[in-house]
Amino acid sequence: MAKRIDLKDVDIYYGAFHAVQNVNLTVTPRSVTAFIGPSGCGKSTVLRTLNRMHEEIAGARVDGEILLDGENIYDRNTDAVAVRRTIGMVFQMPNPFPTMSVRDNVVAGLKLQGVRDRKKLDEVCEASLRAANLWKEVKDRLDKPGGGLSGGQQQRLCIARAIAVEPDVLLMDEPCSALDPISTLAIEDLIADLKTEYTIVIVTHNMQQAARVSDQTGFFNLEATGKPGHLVEIDDTEKIFSNPTQQATEDYISGRFG
Amino acid sequence: MSERIDQRAPSETDSGPASSPGVPAPPPGTRRRPSSRRGETIFRSLTTGSGVLVVAAIAAIGVFLLIQAVPSLLANQADFLTFPSFNTGDPDNLAFGIRDIFLVTMFSSVFALVLAMPIALGVALFLTNYAPRALARPFAYIVDLLAAVPSIIYGLWGILVLAPAILPIAEWLNANLGWIFLFADGNLPVLSGTIFTGGVVLAVMILPIVTAVTREVFAQTPRFQIEAAKALGATRWEVIKMATLPYGRSGYIAGSMLGLGRALGETIAVLIVIRASTSPMGFSLFDGGYTFASLIASAASEFSQPLPTGAYISAGLVLFVLTFIVNALARLIAGGKVNG
Repeated sequence: MAKRIDLKDVDIYYGAFHAVQNVNLTVTPRSVTAFIGPSGCGKSTVLRTLNRMHEEIAGARVDGEILLDGENIYDRNTDAVAVRRTIGMVFQMPNPFPTMSVRDNVVAGLKLQGVRDRKKLDEVCEASLRAANLWKEVKDRLDKPGGGLSGGQQQRLCIARAIAVEPDVLLMDEPCSALDPISTLAIEDLIADLKTEYTIVIVTHNMQQAARVSDQTGFFNLEATGKPGHLVEIDDTEKIFSNPTQQATEDYISGRFG
Repeated sequence: MSERIDQRAPSETDSGPASSPGVPAPPPGTRRRPSSRRGETIFRSLTTGSGVLVVAAIAAIGVFLLIQAVPSLLANQADFLTFPSFNTGDPDNLAFGIRDIFLVTMFSSVFALVLAMPIALGVALFLTNYAPRALARPFAYIVDLLAAVPSIIYGLWGILVLAPAILPIAEWLNANLGWIFLFADGNLPVLSGTIFTGGVVLAVMILPIVTAVTREVFAQTPRFQIEAAKALGATRWEVIKMATLPYGRSGYIAGSMLGLGRALGETIAVLIVIRASTSPMGFSLFDGGYTFASLIASAASEFSQPLPTGAYISAGLVLFVLTFIVNALARLIAGGKVNG
């Protein structure tokens, strides 16, 4: 539950392309860390290395160490599938399994872990949907397909699915960018609730959102197209948005570029 | 209203000498409109014409079959649907029915489908999910190439190579599972050249189409659904179960239906492989006989008198309707596909 993440000298490559250069950072348990920066700066790439999802792209490779409570998830003996079972992820586009029922969507991860007890599954389903602020809206249609919900509901369903397995870390890759303002607000409130139990890392294009939901903010940038992205600075969100150390951060948050 | 817009559009956009204020610039408008309209008319008639032509051709075939078949059906002394044999030797005393032909056609085609479906599924999954990229492409080409082999070659291969090769399997099934009606003794003196043999040949023949359609649909599984499963820690097989199969199931079934349609109409390979029999069909895979297509092909050299010919055309009509239904079913399944 709620583990600490350390990145040490992390370099990320796609084949010969050096995508992200020398990232060092720490995420403390039960906090929200936001990654901001212009497009192509590698913030999503870094996020996807945290659960080894970036490996799905052919030729992707990571140098350095990513430690989850001190254990390197890139250890030779560690299986990517096992890593993903303990680190939940929510994507930019809501992606429930469209033909699966709402209930089956929520407990899909548990079923993968071999839980078959119907009573236990129902309990977790209800608890997760409640935690995702979705229970009231879907409790009468748990057997309807997940694809029939609205976009905002689908995204909360995906969050419920991610937290149903009680992950050590919850990763969110621009979770609100496809949603309307009201759904966005619902998700942001949810993030505030969830951080009492989970370690959350969120990538966002919306700086106000980073300021609203996160405790710590990392700013990524790249010098030019084709150059690797890098972490400019990471600090308390309040400090980043009021008094950043680096000029580039100041320029970005004040809207001078990006 | 529309005319006014037509006229204004050029005068507003053209800043050249043609547009002087006060003059609504008719020259460019009048010059352009008829020619573009003519092009539009020509193009529309061409496309509509081709569409109508295809439908008309199908309707014409149906009508042709019907007109030719009706006199023979009226002259038929036997019940067309239930009579087991096809006696057309005496034009004044026609007695033909499609019971056995229908059964042999369905048995061989459905048996072929039962064999081909799991293999096609396996090949499609292998190509889309397991094969290394360098291998997947050439392998897919080879499977597609199976469709390009002429059916006469399949026929020769089926009777000369495959039939002896699978004879031991047929003998084993007949000896050990003979109590199941499918594997009971058939109406042939031997166990080769049966519906069983023909079904295996047909399975190989329809494998490419079923595989190709299934592979295409599986390859289109949305990336976000695959990622959803992977992010939950699904193994490769679990990703297939959670994302690929639910998305591709209807395409798989539609592809199988297309394969069934081909098997139903396959002629020359079946004619070569499956032996004719004088005794009626008895619901065993080790029976012999004619399918609709092989029956008509076998009699084609004797189409001289109208009434016996009409009898065969009536059989063709049934095959026409049968394949039409199967293909319509395939369309229906593919069209009512649930995805997202």
